[in-house]
Amino acid sequence: MNQSRPELSRRHFLLLGVSSAAASLVGPPLAAAGLQAPQDSLSGRGATGTLRDPSVVGRPRQPTAIRGDEAEIQAIEQRLACSCGCTLDVFTCRTTDFTCTYSPELHREVLALRDSGKNAQGILDAFVDKYGEKALMAPKPEGVINLTGYLLPGALIAAAGAGLALFITGRKAAVAAAVSASAAPPSPTGAHVSPEDLDRLRRALADIED
Amino acid sequence: MTLLGQFALWAAFALGLWCVLLSFSGRWQGRPDLSASVVRSIYAISGCLLVASLALWKGLISHDFNMEYVASYTSRNLPNAYIFSAFWAGQKGSLLFWAVVLSLFASAAQLLTSRRFAYLMPYVAGVTAAVITFFVSVMIFAADPFERLAFTPADGRGLNPQLQNVGMIIHPPMLYLGYISLTIPFAFAMAALLSRRLDTGWIHAMRKWTLVSWLFLAIGITLGMWWAYVELGWGGYWAWDPVENASLLPWLTMTAFLHSVMIQEKRGMLKRWNFSLVIGTFLLSIFGTFITRSGVIASVHSFTQSNVGYFFLAFLVIVAVLSFTLLYTRWDLLEADVRLESVVSREAAFLFNNLLLVGIAFSVLWGTLFPILSELVRGTKITVGVPFFNRVNVPLGLLLLGLTGVGPLIAWRKASTANLQRQFIAPVISGLITLGALLAVGVRDFYATVALSLAGFVAGTIVQEFYRGVRARRRMHGESIPLAFGRLIGRNRRRYGGYIVHVAVLIYFVAFAGMAFKREQEATLKPGDSAEMTSPFGHRYRFTHMGISQYEALNRIVSAATVGVAKDGKSLGLMTSEKRQHVDSFKRPTFEPSTEVGIRSNLQEDVYIVYAGSVDGTEEAVYRFNINPLVWWVWFGGFVLALGGILTMWPGGGPTSSVPRRVQAGYEVTLVGSGKDGA
Repeated sequence: MNQSRPELSRRHFLLLGVSSAAASLVGPPLAAAGLQAPQDSLSGRGATGTLRDPSVVGRPRQPTAIRGDEAEIQAIEQRLACSCGCTLDVFTCRTTDFTCTYSPELHREVLALRDSGKNAQGILDAFVDKYGEKALMAPKPEGVINLTGYLLPGALIAAAGAGLALFITGRKAAVAAAVSASAAPPSPTGAHVSPEDLDRLRRALADIED
Repeated sequence: MTLLGQFALWAAFALGLWCVLLSFSGRWQGRPDLSASVVRSIYAISGCLLVASLALWKGLISHDFNMEYVASYTSRNLPNAYIFSAFWAGQKGSLLFWAVVLSLFASAAQLLTSRRFAYLMPYVAGVTAAVITFFVSVMIFAADPFERLAFTPADGRGLNPQLQNVGMIIHPPMLYLGYISLTIPFAFAMAALLSRRLDTGWIHAMRKWTLVSWLFLAIGITLGMWWAYVELGWGGYWAWDPVENASLLPWLTMTAFLHSVMIQEKRGMLKRWNFSLVIGTFLLSIFGTFITRSGVIASVHSFTQSNVGYFFLAFLVIVAVLSFTLLYTRWDLLEADVRLESVVSREAAFLFNNLLLVGIAFSVLWGTLFPILSELVRGTKITVGVPFFNRVNVPLGLLLLGLTGVGPLIAWRKASTANLQRQFIAPVISGLITLGALLAVGVRDFYATVALSLAGFVAGTIVQEFYRGVRARRRMHGESIPLAFGRLIGRNRRRYGGYIVHVAVLIYFVAFAGMAFKREQEATLKPGDSAEMTSPFGHRYRFTHMGISQYEALNRIVSAATVGVAKDGKSLGLMTSEKRQHVDSFKRPTFEPSTEVGIRSNLQEDVYIVYAGSVDGTEEAVYRFNINPLVWWVWFGGFVLALGGILTMWPGGGPTSSVPRRVQAGYEVTLVGSGKDGA
């Protein structure tokens, strides 16, 4: 691959010298941070110029505006689903999937609604009105179906757990009743067992069971 | 080579049918020659599928672009490691991978299972052959990996950039190994039901296999999380994506089985439940395959939508009907030997643990399918994303974490109040100290606080168990602390390996709780500009955009954005995030540009940098900066889990040779009694 590349011409050499000098001008702030700029292997057009091949870095980006309510916007967008089929929320998609054209558009809509004075819930409602409930990352916990969605797993587990506990305690009571109805079985060895011995046995068994 | 591959597939198909017919016809009974033929067929199927696999690999390595699969997933300039892994990168190749690995597992099961269980093996061969034959039939009739094109392209399309990651060389095979090996416990369960030998024999025969499946699934899931974290670039490792959920489901039910099977071994209870869990786990593995391959649910992990999904759906229904019908016909033979005596017993704790694990599995399945159900019932499309799953599953997960600590502390049969006091006091104090410390440092997130406090409690239980074990060994054998510790684990691998797995679960939960405090920020920076962020641990980070380098690599053009990172005023060095435009050998772009994130990890937090793109093609760059707390611990938790799992299934163990095993009290009494009766 390197063999096919043209050799460095005098013009390129001079350009490199000029760009090095330019780089030294922006050097001090970087040097102050204890850092050094990396060397481009395919030269661009200067530190603030265009890239050598802008087409390989994906869709051109717009500068992100610095807003006072950025955290709030982020929180709202994390509750809105991107419609590109990525299964991500709007914030995550627009800062992750850079081929997506939907999430930047949805972001702009969020900003416009916020700037028009809507609060977080108002923005979410506006999205639901426009795109339907699928615009939300999770269905609203209202209505029979949605509430079933949220509550069914927990309710089933709670019901099964309670049923299980009742079943065990009910059976325990039945067994206790049956045992009390019959006489205590004689010791298999026929030996008398003192309460102290029983206590020692219990502790020994507890040790084994541990 | 394609002819050889297709011939091998057809041969495997024919042998599979032969094996299935013979083993289920029952004619092998009393005919050792036919029984041996069933088993030998499994080896022959393995041979055929190995030949088919080698034929596919030969096509991949020799760039035979006339093969549709080779042209779709490789290119001349694809690095060799990814040419190798392209075998399982696509739908068709992964089906062949599944079939060949299953045949090897089936052969290993025949070879490694003790002669004591010979009565099960022809049935095991039959069930495994049936599953293999199904996969081979899908390849033959719907997804032929050896399909030829009408023309030969000069170069292939190349591999999806997101799959060009070392994680994708290891993660899918691990996950597949987990999924695939689930067939073996299922086959043993079916063999026990078919042969009506329903004692604990089948459990002993397949115990190692259940652990192998569980371990591979766990490692595969963790590697998948790692791959998603480093490759997908969204800043997290778990998004409750349908395909992620599909891998979690069988792991949850298998974990439930690993606990409940202990009750069957110790007390002869839960026999029906254990069969149901094994069958359910296998069905969930097929369900996961159906979801991944059918396109029925949108996922970033899915294969291309195809009609293969219908095959899996049909297979799922048939297997469910047959296996549960078989279980139903043996229902009366599966009566428990004894009954549960108390809610406050280890059996009951394990039962509640099972309930929660299966409940969480149901909850995940419910959430995964809820969009479809909602659309069917209401006619309205909804999205069920991370907030839904977190709201439903986090409380259940915390309950499960609590039970992880409670289970090992309660005595079998029935725990006395004294036992409970003795066992719980130290762990509860440990949990309360953790809670106090969290509140003192200002942690206020409810779920994170509960998770970390419970983690303190569970850590207390585990430390207490190890402490008491070491103390007992020192008292009995006079061993030094390190020796007693080593031997404690070595002689009781199953129990203490299990505790190590509990440590891993604990680490996972702590790490997951950490993500509740993650920070994210977007910034557009010109070279020399900086952005600042404060991490949850209070560190001040400064990110300075240095510039963008563009260079050519083997199969891509790279645009690398370099960022100088300083923490609390001290330079940490440079980090790079890249845009990669993959190209074929003629320099033609093959896919959309992909992103490589920059990650710097330490025990506290990860700095995670995403180069989102350039403003109008200049070096002015748009970034997303994340500070993700405790992520390193997720990967460490995976390591500990693997360690515990391997320890649990490592052969050997048992009591120290110089000291005889303690005699169980009940047996001692019986012997004395029988001696007195004149024995």
